[in-house]
Amino acid sequence: MAQSEQEILDGLAEIVNEETGLDTTSVELDKSFTDDLDIDSLSMMTIVVNAEEKFGVRIPDDEVKNLKTVRDAVTFIGGAQS
Amino acid sequence: MGILEGKKLLVTGVLMDSSIAFHVAKLAQQEGAEVILTSFGRTMKITKAIARRLPTAPEVLELDVANREDLDSLAERAREHVDRLDGVLHSIGFAPPGAFDFMEGTWEDVSTTLHISAYSLKSLAAAALPLMPEGGSVVGLTFDAKFAWPVYDWMGVAKAAFESTNRYLARDLGPKGVRCNLVAAGPIRTTAARSIPGFEQFEEVWDRRAPLGWDVGDPVPAARACAALLSDWFPATTGEIVHVDGGVHAMGQ
Repeated sequence: MAQSEQEILDGLAEIVNEETGLDTTSVELDKSFTDDLDIDSLSMMTIVVNAEEKFGVRIPDDEVKNLKTVRDAVTFIGGAQS
Repeated sequence: MGILEGKKLLVTGVLMDSSIAFHVAKLAQQEGAEVILTSFGRTMKITKAIARRLPTAPEVLELDVANREDLDSLAERAREHVDRLDGVLHSIGFAPPGAFDFMEGTWEDVSTTLHISAYSLKSLAAAALPLMPEGGSVVGLTFDAKFAWPVYDWMGVAKAAFESTNRYLARDLGPKGVRCNLVAAGPIRTTAARSIPGFEQFEEVWDRRAPLGWDVGDPVPAARACAALLSDWFPATTGEIVHVDGGVHAMGQ
């Protein structure tokens, strides 16, 4: 079932918060995972695995490097759900 | 009845569901085995999440192969879940980025690579040995170390040490009924492979040279060979390296 952009963003922010302790409000669409949120590759893998389960999608390993901003991830997840 | 019916196996190295070890664990469960996994440190969370994607979610034990306490307590901690082990899969390797530059790699880079990627086979086998009083099977994953490859550098040297470690283990554990064998897989696009700069150069070699062809996206052929070596179907084989590489190892240039 496809979720709205806001629902995906909220869900993703919870996952990021759980992994990094960052406040959910700091997880904004235009933030870069590495440059702004300071998320390293291992944390990113954890976030990806948790996002796959939460949103019922598959994020191929080759795709992860393209998910540079929170918006990239939200868009990919939304597209994969529809 | 599956070829691993009733077997109890310890599987290291499950990180993502692209991991060769994930597919070994999955096949093993499908073939009737009970499986426990190991992971360590920050990867523990990922392994636990990925473990839930197996047919049956296994226990995940903490095991850093460079940590003496983890190794010393492994048998006792595993015994909380299984009364014995029939087999162990070693799917562990690490090299600092500097190790992938042969002429510039420092001894610090190289010693870490050897410790985690070669010596750990002995450490893991020794740690699991108390749970294999009636024998068992230790299986590891190598990348054919007879040759100098592009970009593999000190990891290639570590794999040569790993293959030799397997032969010495076979010598010393044979009298205890423990077989030690390796699977030399062709390149597979796992998380570990992605961390090797220039990995795609291997893919080109295999595209050109494998008489059976080779799919870098398919970890199942290597996993099947591991499952077979963990089973009772290689009862008199030890110190061996089974090539699961589409035939590349047997071809001339």
